[in-house]
Amino acid sequence: MLTNENIQQRLTEKFGEQLTNWQEPYGMLTFTANKEINLKVLQFLFDDAELNFKFLTDLQAVHYPDNKGAELAVVYHLHNWVDNVRIRFKVFTDIQQPDVYSATALFQSANFMERETYDFFGVNFVGHPNLIRILNVDEMDYFPLRKEFPLEDQTRIDKDDDMFGR
Amino acid sequence: MSEHILLPEGSIEKQTTTLNLGPTHPATHGVFQNILELDGERIMKATSTVGYIHRAFEKIAERRNLFQITPLTDRLNYCSSPINNMGWHLTCEKLLGVSTPKRVDYLRVIIMELARISDHLICNSIVGVDTGAYSGFLYVMQFRELIYEIYEEVCGSRLTTNIGRIGGFERNFTNTAFEKLEKFLDEKTGYPAQLKEFENLFTRNRIFMERTIGCGPISAERAMNYGFTGPNLRAAGVDYDVRVHSPYSSYQDFDFTIPVGTTGDCYDRFLVRNQEMWQSLSILRQAYQKVQEFKGAEAEVFHADTPAYYLPEKKDVYTKMEALIYHFKIIMGEIDIPAGEVYNAVEGANGELGFYLISDGGRTPYRLHFRRPCFIYYQAYPELIKGGMLSDAVITMSSLNLIAGELDA
Repeated sequence: MLTNENIQQRLTEKFGEQLTNWQEPYGMLTFTANKEINLKVLQFLFDDAELNFKFLTDLQAVHYPDNKGAELAVVYHLHNWVDNVRIRFKVFTDIQQPDVYSATALFQSANFMERETYDFFGVNFVGHPNLIRILNVDEMDYFPLRKEFPLEDQTRIDKDDDMFGR
Repeated sequence: MSEHILLPEGSIEKQTTTLNLGPTHPATHGVFQNILELDGERIMKATSTVGYIHRAFEKIAERRNLFQITPLTDRLNYCSSPINNMGWHLTCEKLLGVSTPKRVDYLRVIIMELARISDHLICNSIVGVDTGAYSGFLYVMQFRELIYEIYEEVCGSRLTTNIGRIGGFERNFTNTAFEKLEKFLDEKTGYPAQLKEFENLFTRNRIFMERTIGCGPISAERAMNYGFTGPNLRAAGVDYDVRVHSPYSSYQDFDFTIPVGTTGDCYDRFLVRNQEMWQSLSILRQAYQKVQEFKGAEAEVFHADTPAYYLPEKKDVYTKMEALIYHFKIIMGEIDIPAGEVYNAVEGANGELGFYLISDGGRTPYRLHFRRPCFIYYQAYPELIKGGMLSDAVITMSSLNLIAGELDA
């Protein structure tokens, strides 16, 4: 049976001090790696017979504007179906140069998810076959889920919304 | 699938035809665009475009309180919105550390399994419509109507249900709701008889089999790599089901099996969905029996005791100070959510529906991401239809159970 301690031990043996910030929020093992080694970690988790994390459940980003130099976090959720264990793996990147290696070679499912992450956060996935906007219009020149774009102020009065009953 | 035979060089000006299937094609059942390169009737290449009805739910959710996000989840997979609602409530409860009474869990199972049936019956009957058999669609539709009447009895609305609250339901199930459920489960006049008839129409129908067997197949390995979940993955032969792997809402108390297919083609997907409906009916019977076993005061329990998140009853608001305070705090959104990050998944009707919620301790989520199953498995569509006929592409799309609202969030 694969437990969080086993996974942490196995990963620490392989990567040592490169993996940091080990946590277990609500039972899910969470750790952070340097963005340069994200593919190495994913590949190791995929190939290792004991770890066996062969399913990419989810991939998205989070914007932390106050975290200078590492504003964007790309979050991978991986699932081992044999032992039924989930883990969460994060890499942080500078918003000025948001280059992260693409996981599309390992997981076909990463294709749309990385495009969506690019679309909303501007993470530049290096090696992605077709990194273009997916849900927003192609002409958009900003990344809407970043925190510098607040939602419209609901108390504004300069807009004529009579037709919409507001 | 098969070898492509191109016309000899120079025989016509352009060797392939470009065809726009969608965005508003009647056969696509939703807003999907596919640019197809056709050699005669055979598809050489397909390019998918999505995002026509994107509504920025993730951004909107960053300014809403937890209970205000429930109506957003309705509009993801609108064929089975109660599952989305329940998934969201369960995510909130996980973050807030709320545990629900058994009766609430069983009532939720009833609603979720009804929603699963209503989703699968639409999907399967639409596959029938696309193969040219319209009557099956009409036969099962009256039972979707009955399911919607049960929703209406519980929450007051039918399609975008906004059903349930954090901690339970907004009100107890009425006797009418249970009567309608009994009517639905009746062996002779209810849905089981209708489903049997539906299966008689399709399962061994020669024309249907010829149209769907070998159409849009995918291997288990490719399906896993493409992020398939739900019936589409199980049709390829992988027995992954969130209800079994990480039971939520007391699914571990029920006895049911997970049907799996072998080839992952349209026929297998159809059979897996049909079998899942039988399993759902069995779960419904078990859940209804368990609900009936509660007697006296226990039979009146329909929500957990979480005054800070569950809206108090209106008559208490008028008479009790504490209830008034909580009412005000909940409605004005003045309750801080504990900081933390949580991923919670439920088995939606078309796959693993996940909610990734990050809270920084404020009143609204810091970030909320929906893992929408059909957004992820739709990537495989060009590969599934490549080499097949144009008419097979239409069946493949409907048998994948793609819901545009969920795809585009």
